[in-house]
Amino acid sequence: MRYSGFRVIAEALTGHKGWKPVWRDPTPQPDYDYIIVGGGGHGLATAYYLAKEFKQARIAVLEKGYLGGGNVGRNTTIIRSNYLLDGNEPFYEFSLKLWEGLEQDFNYNAMVSQRGIMNLIHTDAQRDAFTRRGNGMILHGADAVLLSRDEVKAIYPFLNFDNARFPIKGALAQKRGGTVRHDAVAWGYARGADLRGVDLIQNCEVTGMRIENGKIRGVETSRGFIGAKKVGVAVAGSSSRVMSHAGMRLPMESHVLQAFVSEGLKPLIDGVMTFGAGHFYVSQSDKGGLVFGGDIDGYNSYAQRGNLPVIEDVAEGGMALMPMIGRARLLRTWGGIMDMSMDGSPIIDKTGVEGLYFNGGWCYGGFKATPASGWCFAHLLATDQPHKTATAYRFDRFAKGLMIDEKGQGATPNLH
Amino acid sequence: MIINHPILGPRDAQEFVYLGDASLINRPDGLTASPAEMHDYVYLRDNPAGLHRELWYHEQGDRSWLVVTRNTVTHEITKVEMARDVARSMGRSK
Repeated sequence: MRYSGFRVIAEALTGHKGWKPVWRDPTPQPDYDYIIVGGGGHGLATAYYLAKEFKQARIAVLEKGYLGGGNVGRNTTIIRSNYLLDGNEPFYEFSLKLWEGLEQDFNYNAMVSQRGIMNLIHTDAQRDAFTRRGNGMILHGADAVLLSRDEVKAIYPFLNFDNARFPIKGALAQKRGGTVRHDAVAWGYARGADLRGVDLIQNCEVTGMRIENGKIRGVETSRGFIGAKKVGVAVAGSSSRVMSHAGMRLPMESHVLQAFVSEGLKPLIDGVMTFGAGHFYVSQSDKGGLVFGGDIDGYNSYAQRGNLPVIEDVAEGGMALMPMIGRARLLRTWGGIMDMSMDGSPIIDKTGVEGLYFNGGWCYGGFKATPASGWCFAHLLATDQPHKTATAYRFDRFAKGLMIDEKGQGATPNLH
Repeated sequence: MIINHPILGPRDAQEFVYLGDASLINRPDGLTASPAEMHDYVYLRDNPAGLHRELWYHEQGDRSWLVVTRNTVTHEITKVEMARDVARSMGRSK
């Protein structure tokens, strides 16, 4: 069933009796050609592109809970491609281009809104670094523009421009960046995959992997053994837990990142704004709530909730940037679990087990990567070759000294 | 989170800096270890869901290193030891 304006009118005239469940609830088959572990944004996108772009069949997505119940429903919905390094920028620009055509591609309203993102500048050194990054983006075909203090002031006159510690001196802006309705991304991909015959199997936890002679045979699940020729794992946040079934230790730690939303306010911030120096970023949802966040809590966690010190830290960042935010009440806070990799960049690669593939380590930048991550992982699964924009996301980059150290801080598991 | 310091008593976790898995105490000898051993030590982690022994540094206190046993699913802290004692019990610093 295609969605369209005519369809909405037709249904309105006939009492909305024609709408059907958006995807099936199939019983698992004994075996598949492809099993994708993880029914979040990346797993569903992988299944979708595997079926649609790479013309593969007999695909299942196994999800421990319900579709889209993990990080794709817990993030702050920002899309952008403002990276510096060669290993990253082409991939994220590929992702942003996929975002731009996504709704037409999967015929679902994901509310992709290119409202623009700006990263604030406070010092000359930061302006130099952002100028370099902006040039890097432009060289890779993305858009970037350096804004002066007055240009920022024309857009957001209420910011605290003369903060004694972090006076605002300008911003690096990407006008094609923006926000997306995150749940709809999962739903759109799920529906698109289901329509192409992918079995979306919920409440099905992978509890083990059957590996014989170095080759994957299938996965043990809470709903019994399911055989597969190829298994792709896309469970960022729980990557270490799932890959331990294959005896692997990963170059990552799981950390909790909190997010926040205020009560609904009148239109205030029409784009996305990051105040990196103050560990704070903010946008405004279409319902009016300010959606904001800051840094990870900073200790290993699988709890999906954080602690009060980070809430205080984020609130302080918000107050420093836009003091009137102190009048708004906080409506909700929540936490999501991140794969924090050792260089701040993801992994999309084969493993030492034939037929077992891995996608994870997204740190707290996984949402914007969803379409390209799915596409590149599907490419790897279908062709056994990395997609040209994802060749740097290898496991062995740590052993070979080829880290993608976007922040230039060396090997620690607390980078973006 | 409150960390019950063996010497100073209960202290707010905000006074501490977190380093990670306490297995980092077992650093291989850089002169004799193979590149693979050093790679595994520096980059790979068990990253368990459940009990996790980890290193916390009391930066805003007595600047001691602690080994804290904490549940990564509930954040409950069940044991706090001086990292010095843990390391010595494993035969280091001899």
